[in-house]
Amino acid sequence: MRQSSKMLLRIIAWLTLAALGVGILIGLVGLVRVQGLTYFLQALVDGLRLGFVYALIALGYTLVYGIVRLINFAHGDVFMVGAFTSFYAITQYGWGFVPAILLAMIVCTLLNVVIERVAYKPLRSAPRIAALITAIGVSFFLEYFTALKWVFGADYYTYKQPFEVQVWNIGGVLISNITVIIIAVTLFLLFSLQYIISRTKMGRAMRACSFDKPAARLMGINVDGIISATFAVGAALAGAGGVLYAIAFPQIWTFMGVMPGLKAFIAAVLGGIGSVPGAFVGSLLMGEIDVLVVSFLPMGSRLRDLFAFFVLIIVFLVKPTGIFGEPQVEKV
Amino acid sequence: MMAQSSTDRDYGNRILDIQDLAIVFGGRRVKGEIVGGLRAVSDFTMAVPEGGLYGLIGPNGAGKTTVFNMITGVYQPTEGEILFSGESVIGRAPHDITRGGIGRTFQNIRLFKDLTVLDNVRIAYHTHVGYNLVEAMTRLGKYSAMERDLTERAQDFLAVFGLQDRQTEIAKNLPYGEQRRLEIARALATEPTMLLLDEPAAGMNPSEIEQLMELIHFVRDRFQLSILLIEHQMRVVMGICEWITVMDFGQVIARGTARDIQNHEKVREAYLGTTVEKGLRSDAAGD
Amino acid sequence: MRKKKVSRSWVPSLLMAVGVFVVIWLLKTIGLLSMRWYLILQMAAITTISALGLNLIYGFNGQFSLGHIGFYAIGAYASALITKDLSAKWSGTQVGGLSWIMAGQLGVLATLILANKLKMGPRLKALRKRIGGELAPYESGTITALAGILMLVVVLAAGVVVAVVTHWVFFALFSGLVSILPKAVEQPIIFFVALLNGGTLAALVSYLVGLPLLRLGSDYFGIATLGFAIMVYTALQSGDLVIPTMKGARGMVGIPHWTNWGWAFGALVLSLFVIRNLVYSSYGRAFLSVREDEVAARAMGVDVAQMKTMAFTFGGFFAGVAGGLYAHWSGFLHPSSFNMIRGFDPLIMIVFGGLGSMTGTLVGSMTIVIGLELLRNVLPSGFEDWRFVIYAILLLMIMLLRQQGLLGTNEWGWLKAPLPPERDIPVPTQAAVEGEEGA
Repeated sequence: MRQSSKMLLRIIAWLTLAALGVGILIGLVGLVRVQGLTYFLQALVDGLRLGFVYALIALGYTLVYGIVRLINFAHGDVFMVGAFTSFYAITQYGWGFVPAILLAMIVCTLLNVVIERVAYKPLRSAPRIAALITAIGVSFFLEYFTALKWVFGADYYTYKQPFEVQVWNIGGVLISNITVIIIAVTLFLLFSLQYIISRTKMGRAMRACSFDKPAARLMGINVDGIISATFAVGAALAGAGGVLYAIAFPQIWTFMGVMPGLKAFIAAVLGGIGSVPGAFVGSLLMGEIDVLVVSFLPMGSRLRDLFAFFVLIIVFLVKPTGIFGEPQVEKV
Repeated sequence: MMAQSSTDRDYGNRILDIQDLAIVFGGRRVKGEIVGGLRAVSDFTMAVPEGGLYGLIGPNGAGKTTVFNMITGVYQPTEGEILFSGESVIGRAPHDITRGGIGRTFQNIRLFKDLTVLDNVRIAYHTHVGYNLVEAMTRLGKYSAMERDLTERAQDFLAVFGLQDRQTEIAKNLPYGEQRRLEIARALATEPTMLLLDEPAAGMNPSEIEQLMELIHFVRDRFQLSILLIEHQMRVVMGICEWITVMDFGQVIARGTARDIQNHEKVREAYLGTTVEKGLRSDAAGD
Repeated sequence: MRKKKVSRSWVPSLLMAVGVFVVIWLLKTIGLLSMRWYLILQMAAITTISALGLNLIYGFNGQFSLGHIGFYAIGAYASALITKDLSAKWSGTQVGGLSWIMAGQLGVLATLILANKLKMGPRLKALRKRIGGELAPYESGTITALAGILMLVVVLAAGVVVAVVTHWVFFALFSGLVSILPKAVEQPIIFFVALLNGGTLAALVSYLVGLPLLRLGSDYFGIATLGFAIMVYTALQSGDLVIPTMKGARGMVGIPHWTNWGWAFGALVLSLFVIRNLVYSSYGRAFLSVREDEVAARAMGVDVAQMKTMAFTFGGFFAGVAGGLYAHWSGFLHPSSFNMIRGFDPLIMIVFGGLGSMTGTLVGSMTIVIGLELLRNVLPSGFEDWRFVIYAILLLMIMLLRQQGLLGTNEWGWLKAPLPPERDIPVPTQAAVEGEEGA
């Protein structure tokens, strides 16, 4: 190839990339300036708040997928049960924040373990799609059963926050103690999870099972028990997430878990399904994208779901294994 | 330096010519070279003469099936060249390569389990089906004639392999030996000029192996094609193969005729001290 | 000697079909069948058509699509746009919707054909390879992307030109036709054209959606298509911004009630006819081979990607036609009928009936639609919401107790696989296997 043509192509490429870079910069600046810096920062903070809640749900998805290769469609509904459980505890029995969230976590854990034993375990050797369809069935069941009048009912309920809401104004950006509590609780749970996975025997067993179940069994690990434990841990996190979400967005109904569940799933895929840090990073990104779309795009509130799935499709097409994921080669 | 290789001898046209083939799984490209990853096959060179019965052997994990997969386009090699009838197959899609004349069977039988024996074979004729979608949906035009032709061809083909009475059976219900036979028949229905057999004798008892060996000879003679097979069992390899390449750890360690290989030191080492002769003896004793 | 066995298996099935049609029609005419149940039966037939489409994609071709309702919605709205225009003003000049929809499809087709003729994909790959050696990856990538965008613009522009030109041609043509034909003749023709276009538009969108997504495997494809369905739903809610008649979330009203038992049942029978023929042809076998084992299918010379696309497109077509029938059954379209929850209906039906069985889909869909309505009668008032709980439990029971569904892969009547014609198969003198010893 002639030097001159090579040079020309080089120049064109660099000009394009530069223009792209400048365009993105102008876009970002414009984004900030269109409504002001505080608006932009507010959006970022709100996105963070949402992202942290998504992280709690996404971890459940990624842990379960890592160990049994199942997309637990019903996970979002477990999240919903957590919200409702705490709702009843707080409004009917006047429980405080910490007891309510603990109760939610326990109830969700039990629920998920039961679901796993009854619905997923029998299908462990069945094709993956069968388990996925069953998960869809469980999801439907949870949504419609709880919508029955004598369970939770089909109405929207206003969640009562279990503590006084305080809002601080930092340079124009409003941060409430809700946001702080969400971030604090999530970080606490995340660190606990990380500790469990890397420092405890059970955590080691979980990691072993996610790599190679038959080998783990041969090593004396109770694989069934570990699988149940994984579902339990994921559910506890989702339950906590449900409570925190309800505190931040105090309207609950039995289908509230559908969209957050899907978005948390997309977050897990974005970060690399099966990867714990991936689920966290992906969730923060999804939270930010969600809030930024709503805040800055005209009709953003209608487009948020569309954007979430748009992200999913991009991930699938460009790097299906996600940010932190590892490519899997099929042995022929 | 390995024993004088048969690729140097002039054995007529080469239907398959592989040169310096290599594949790395994983790894990263750093300035044009691949760093890290698993080097499953490297510096692999082999040539199959037209009409020959060629064997590719080696211990488990040596990379034999990987080589097959590269020939049939399932994997893309990172280095080297594969020429089939003088044309490169690298970068072509697997179905394209099959249409070009390479048929294959699989180590773990990959029949269309829930389809009938007849359907398993009829799929081979889809490429030249003779009627279009509209004719298929309405049953008009060329459909009846072409479908009948196709079906009769498939039935006659099954008869060559003694499977005509099984035509409406579901493939997964066939006994193991017949499944293997069907898999070979199915691959042949695509009218290849070269057939790749991946461990065709797996799971067979000695009498079945005898039948298989006869079948392979029959196939080569009747269909006028070249056969490349991967096999573990020495009796099969020594009994059929005219030329053999031995692999270990992704590389060629020996090449030659059956007799050349039998006495080859590296081959003995590769099979962990069990000599090829011993292998034959233990096979005969019915391991 | 060859004997061709003349197949008469279609006679009993045809008789049964005619019988069912006549019986239902008679019952309604006499008055023994209430309007409510008459409508429910039509809806059952319509749902079955859509489910048959999904069965083609998932049951026969093995691609787990959760996006079927998106195509159903596209068919519904597209056909409604066509007929609403026309029935609202019988002056005969309002054929804008029809001409735009048809022109649009032709435009997209033109773009696709042109892109194919230009061999965009391979050329871009070759370009990348050629300059990739000389320049750094991001440099060559950018140049290739630029070239790609340029080609895309050219191809799209061509498509737009085709669309605009054909639109005016169609407009003139249809306006003329509409003013000549008497209304009685016109209505069924327009309805047919509307349904057909609903189907073809859905098929076209299926094709486009399938291009990037079909290469994803099993559950990933499911989630991605689910995403597509949700995107369609979201778009429909704001649809009125682009096409005011669609009325978005307020709901599109005024669609003529043209669907009747004849149309619904007729479409169902036709769909079964076409799908059954397709399945028992070489194409159907190719679809099945992709479901059974993609790797083996490729080794047999089957172009797996092409087969997946074909099945997905056909499936989308049936969803679109069913959607069109639904729109004209209901008279009113609202995005909530096409939300994610409703999106699982076709899947549940085919799984319940038996994946990979057309009869299974038929029986399954009919049972579920009629069953859910019966439950509404049967359940004491205040318990109607239990219907959906029962629905969910039903799905769970099927998956846990009888995964193959009601019928498994069995078929009934004419839908059964035709046996190969009886003939004496000549056994060659030199056969591969001599003297079978029960190996």
